[in-house]
Amino acid sequence: MAAAIWPVVVPLALALAAFLWPRGTRLLAGIGSAAVVAAVAALAARVAAGGPLRYAVGGWPAPAGITLAVDGLGTVFLAVTALVGVALTVYAMRYFRPEAGAPASAEGSFWPLWWGLWAGLNGLFVTGDAFNAYVALEIVGLTAVALVALARQADAVRAALRYLLVSLVGSLLFLLGVALLYGRFGVLDLGLLAGLMVAGPLPAVALAVMTAGLVLKTALFPLHFWLPPAHGQAPAPVSAALSALVIKAGLYLLLRFWFGVFEPLDRVAGTWLLAGLGAVAVVWGSFQALAAERLKLLVAYSTVAQVGYLFLAFPLLADPATAVLGREAVLYLALAHALAKAAAFMAAGTLLWAVGTDRIDDLHNVLPSFPLTTAAFALAGVSLIGLPPTGGFVGKWMLLEGMIAAGSWAGPAVVAVGTFLAAGYVFRVLVQAFRAEGEPGELRPVHRRPGPALEWSALALALAALGMGFLAPVLEPVLGAAGAAI
Amino acid sequence: MTLTALPLALAGAALFGLGVHALLVRPSMLRKVLAVNVAGTGVFLLLVAGAQRGDSPPDPVPHALVLTGIVVAVSATALALALIRRLQAPGPGRGGDV
Amino acid sequence: MSDAPWLPLLAVGSALGPGVIIAFLAEHRHRLRTALNLAAAGVQLAVVVALVAVVAAGRTPEARIPFVLGMEILFHADALSLLLAGLSAVLWLLTTVYAIGYLEDAPHRSRFFGFFSLCVSATLGVALAGNLFTFFVFYELLTLATYPLVVHRGTREARRAGQVYLGYTLAGGMAFLIGLVWLHHLVGGPVTFTPGGVVEADMAPAAALVAIFALLVGGAGVKAALVPLHGWLPIAMVAPAPVSALLHAVAVVKAGAFGILRVVLDVFGLDTAAALGVLPVLAALAATTIVYGSVRALFQDYLKRRLAYSTVSQVSYITLGAALGGSVALVGGLAHLVHQGLMKITLFFCAGTFAETRGIHRVSEMAGIGRRMPWTTSAFTVGALGMIGVPPTAGFITKWYLGLGGLEIGADWVVAVLVASSLLNAAYFLPIVYTAWFRPWRGGPEPMDGIGRPAWRGEAPWLLLVPPVVTALLALGLGLLAEMPLSALDWARRISHQEFGAWSL
Repeated sequence: MAAAIWPVVVPLALALAAFLWPRGTRLLAGIGSAAVVAAVAALAARVAAGGPLRYAVGGWPAPAGITLAVDGLGTVFLAVTALVGVALTVYAMRYFRPEAGAPASAEGSFWPLWWGLWAGLNGLFVTGDAFNAYVALEIVGLTAVALVALARQADAVRAALRYLLVSLVGSLLFLLGVALLYGRFGVLDLGLLAGLMVAGPLPAVALAVMTAGLVLKTALFPLHFWLPPAHGQAPAPVSAALSALVIKAGLYLLLRFWFGVFEPLDRVAGTWLLAGLGAVAVVWGSFQALAAERLKLLVAYSTVAQVGYLFLAFPLLADPATAVLGREAVLYLALAHALAKAAAFMAAGTLLWAVGTDRIDDLHNVLPSFPLTTAAFALAGVSLIGLPPTGGFVGKWMLLEGMIAAGSWAGPAVVAVGTFLAAGYVFRVLVQAFRAEGEPGELRPVHRRPGPALEWSALALALAALGMGFLAPVLEPVLGAAGAAI
Repeated sequence: MTLTALPLALAGAALFGLGVHALLVRPSMLRKVLAVNVAGTGVFLLLVAGAQRGDSPPDPVPHALVLTGIVVAVSATALALALIRRLQAPGPGRGGDV
Repeated sequence: MSDAPWLPLLAVGSALGPGVIIAFLAEHRHRLRTALNLAAAGVQLAVVVALVAVVAAGRTPEARIPFVLGMEILFHADALSLLLAGLSAVLWLLTTVYAIGYLEDAPHRSRFFGFFSLCVSATLGVALAGNLFTFFVFYELLTLATYPLVVHRGTREARRAGQVYLGYTLAGGMAFLIGLVWLHHLVGGPVTFTPGGVVEADMAPAAALVAIFALLVGGAGVKAALVPLHGWLPIAMVAPAPVSALLHAVAVVKAGAFGILRVVLDVFGLDTAAALGVLPVLAALAATTIVYGSVRALFQDYLKRRLAYSTVSQVSYITLGAALGGSVALVGGLAHLVHQGLMKITLFFCAGTFAETRGIHRVSEMAGIGRRMPWTTSAFTVGALGMIGVPPTAGFITKWYLGLGGLEIGADWVVAVLVASSLLNAAYFLPIVYTAWFRPWRGGPEPMDGIGRPAWRGEAPWLLLVPPVVTALLALGLGLLAEMPLSALDWARRISHQEFGAWSL
């Protein structure tokens, strides 16, 4: 029972420790990430063996107390967060290491915030209470904003400020929805709410308001405007965490509420609206990525586009005939994206860190010096495009099958266009890895050699994205079971 | 929710709307932060309004939620103000550029 | 039956494993790299020979790897698989030899050979695919693996060519994927290749089936350079000669044509396709491509571009053979898969040799080259004559069967197209042959071998010389010895027999 609490408590303790003991952050990072992974693994094992878990915090049962509820869906998100988290911890240990002779770097501020972010995410994935979800959302939001602001340039701070305001409005909208629900039903526990839910104007308004807030946090077009500056300007490990994990927090809650709590409502029209916005996001984000001048901005716009795919699946989830396919599609796409996007940001960050610039036009003077990082970006890119045999492809297949089963022709068309555009912006980068003999201009000087920590962590995540495709026969039943919980 | 709570609820909704409106319209960062606070207060009012339950004593849970919300709002405002300060007077680059 | 599963897996894996190792080798370890390359090519050839023996005896080795949601990876070696697999294996060995000679001292050889091996592995996967999903996976892998080879030189031209190539092939891939998922949904499970087809005309509204057919054939047709989807092929000629030779004359375009064959024969089946009315359209497109490609070839002075347009034209013979719907025509089309591969690769090998040893890129520069490089030019001549369809080359066999096939089903226009095509081929090949042999030598630098010594009597170094001579001899052999068992023709008859249930001619 208490297994549910550790994935939250351990990172919180680490955050406090990192804050109080700045000199030991690297040691803490190594031990800490292992500890968090162990906690998540233990929880996952419990859920796998015994089914969904409920834990009343402090022994106070619902509806008075806060209940943690961990089922397959939460476990899957916890697991991917742990995997990406470990890789990012390794990456950040090198990325933020103070250089000899340089003044104390942002390292001291990074670690407490990072553990806080991880704690918030884990808390979100284990919570069974609507208000607790709000608190977790806020923790995630605030730590994320502070992390963005670590990059001290004025642009980054502006982006962080905008992100903060957006995040607060999103959370407030969510809280408004919670308030409406509590006013109507008198409970906050998600399970109880689902039991009491009836269709009606008030629940519909609550759902609409909560969706507005969560969609703002997940950066669905047209509420995505804050994402490119924030993800583009933040330090690379932060961008990776934001695009890969924080965005998924909003998605997780949307899935829980749309297809769990609010089930009795007629959601068809709403899902089509979301899917329509998703379609626009796919096209718009891809075009912006094609035009981006800097690599991190390109990857950030790619997130905007990929988020669109996730919402394309929503109508499938609302229709019982295609719900199974839809669930698996969303999960596969979301998780493959988390792995691939983190890898892509890490690769981009390595280049920026080593050479000092990430202008795409200049990449042909940069990429040839970094074969491992280029390979990581290439593998991640292939998953983002959705080519076999990656995880992104499996997700896309499921999405297409669901769409065709539902009789949609616009859906596959959007997916096809999106894939084509994604290939455009990925290969826009990759083509620069091929340098002609005797080409004018010199290779950019490498200020600092990225060690294995930076290059291999990115490559590992990219390989994991590839592995999601290869291991699909093993993963699919797991994700299917997780999807059933939605 | 009882009838006596209705004015509270409406006030809350109005404050929320005003706050969001000001957030979108006002250019100054400081005013935007204030606007978010006003909007937050609106939501809290709504919560409190939902606590009234006819003849029985008011439900304590929403009050607890509001308290938590206030704490969150204060932290968020503090962070926002710190960022605004940083924007207005960039320090001598205390940390390494990341 | 799922016997000997290790054979197909070994065939695909024998290129993949070494390829990965080679890609990571340091540049200077050329001996190890060469050894690995040749060993892998040798092993694969041996495996394919074993497969041929097994299939000729009537068995069908199969390997199955379950996947998810009704998809599975299925390798199934039947006669049609081995037509492509055999061609790929033989030509891979020869092209590896050629490439080693061609890229002597060039940079990035490890990267090149690594991706080269990956391409071959992908081609084998396409050939041995037992269902449409497996075909698609390896088809897309082929796209990804060939891209670095097109862009290999890294020049602006090469990079641009890579983008165009990718654009065409990925668009085709997406169309194919949508058709594939749709068909999966209709069939309710994996679309296994079955002679006679899996799709029945009453499975779904005709419009849906035609749409799926168009998506699948269109997707495969991009790689098969079917007009109007052929635009990438001439542009991809910027790649180094071994790439143009093996990949764009053989592997990639044959994968596309192979895809069309599988879709028409083993997914839809000739009777369903005929019932849907799509075959005449496909035949018309193929015929248009045959003529269009040849016409464009007439106006190209750059030798490789002329050969590229010739490829566009010639690969559609295969499509035509399938689209005509008769057993004899099918035999012609199938045999041409092998014949055209051999003849075209000979031509590309020679073109590459001319360019690499003497800096000859244009037809107009080829005057008198026959005197200085008689062996290479002879090989070229054999290839050219084969393209025209002069007996006893293999090309003649193909045209004969296609012509007879057209007459068999009453489509006399086929003969007209074939005659026109042969005339056009003659029009753009014979002048080259004439120029090479009978015009006075214009003078030029003598070729040197790798260490700066004059090469043997002005001929190409043997690494560049032997492969085209071998393929030219094979092209002649397949023509002269066409009636022998295990020739391409015999194999083609086998496949047609499976499809039609009766021996033809």
